[in-house]
Amino acid sequence: MKQTTTPSQDLMRGIWRENPVLIQMLGLCPALAVTNTVANSLAMGLATFFVLCGSSLLVSLCRKLIPHQIRISTYILIIASFVTIADMVLEALTPEIHKALGAFIALIVVNCMILGRQEAFASKQPVGRALLDAMGTGAGFLVAMLMMGGLRELLGNGTLLGFAVLGPRYEPWIVMILPPGGFLTLGLWLLLLNWLQERKAERK
Amino acid sequence: MSELFWILLSAMVVNNFTLALFLGLCPFMGVSGRVSTAVRMGLANIFVLVITSLCAWVLNTFVLVHAPYLRLISFIVVIASLVQIVEMVIKKVSPALFRQLGIYLPLITTNCAILGLAIFQTNRGYGLLEGLFFALGAGLGLTLALVLMASMREETEHASIPSIVKGTALTLILAGSLSMAFMGFAGLLSAS
Repeated sequence: MKQTTTPSQDLMRGIWRENPVLIQMLGLCPALAVTNTVANSLAMGLATFFVLCGSSLLVSLCRKLIPHQIRISTYILIIASFVTIADMVLEALTPEIHKALGAFIALIVVNCMILGRQEAFASKQPVGRALLDAMGTGAGFLVAMLMMGGLRELLGNGTLLGFAVLGPRYEPWIVMILPPGGFLTLGLWLLLLNWLQERKAERK
Repeated sequence: MSELFWILLSAMVVNNFTLALFLGLCPFMGVSGRVSTAVRMGLANIFVLVITSLCAWVLNTFVLVHAPYLRLISFIVVIASLVQIVEMVIKKVSPALFRQLGIYLPLITTNCAILGLAIFQTNRGYGLLEGLFFALGAGLGLTLALVLMASMREETEHASIPSIVKGTALTLILAGSLSMAFMGFAGLLSAS
């Protein structure tokens, strides 16, 4: 395999330029479902980060052992094991957040972003680079989760991480923390990004 | 009997899998461009959901009682192999249906709605019959959402819209409005 990127590129590209949620539109299900508060977004982002790094590490270590024909099922089994660990750890550390996230922790297994990174990167690269790539992509996911959660909690509740920000006279925009708010918030962020991109293209 | 009916109705419109719980978003965004493909995808989903519900019930009742921590791993293995088997059976029994479903059948494996259904069913302690009605309702709800979304997107295709709104942003905002409309169904359940 010819190496075309430097290690720092492996780490950085997932965070913004190839952000899994905002650019590649992967892992939308958790990004919309549990981002109604910053705390939930943070927990979900960190759990996904852990699962992604763990599975990339293991897949990269075992990449010469896994037969090509059954690689996808093997990846899914590895991911499912890490999700089970994350589920148990979250339940032990913060029972309230574990309850709020509910079935969505288990659903990290079918987050296409994680499987995508295994198939596209970790299965072909040495351990160090696979881990860097996983950390970059996981951090990018976390950034997108916080952008979603921050905007939704601020507009829908007038708070950030539970602290009142907009003052008592702010009338909460309740729909933002309800399901439609998830779709609308991501739609609005994409509008902003598209607008910035278009302006950049015009300048050139 | 009315209990089962409410489970079906609740899964179908009040807690719609796609619009209220965000499950199965990939096909929702990916194949909602045309009404005809949306219908087929919906039917394939209903089919797999009902069979998954049955399998999840068997696993929960007979196997996982002794090892609950293996739940996630066994569910995902069973679903993945199930879709493969279903694909082979349909190909053998009804080639016409197989051609109709096409690529959508294997795609369903990675659809979070399927795993989500198995997990919700377990968490809520549904029995066999309740689970089947839940799966049917969820599948019908997915189909409904897909078809509505596809008809909206067909309409917007020829409208003149600003270039920054085009594409995913428009789809998401449309989905947001649709989801808001479905919130109106919430009154159905408390009235019962």
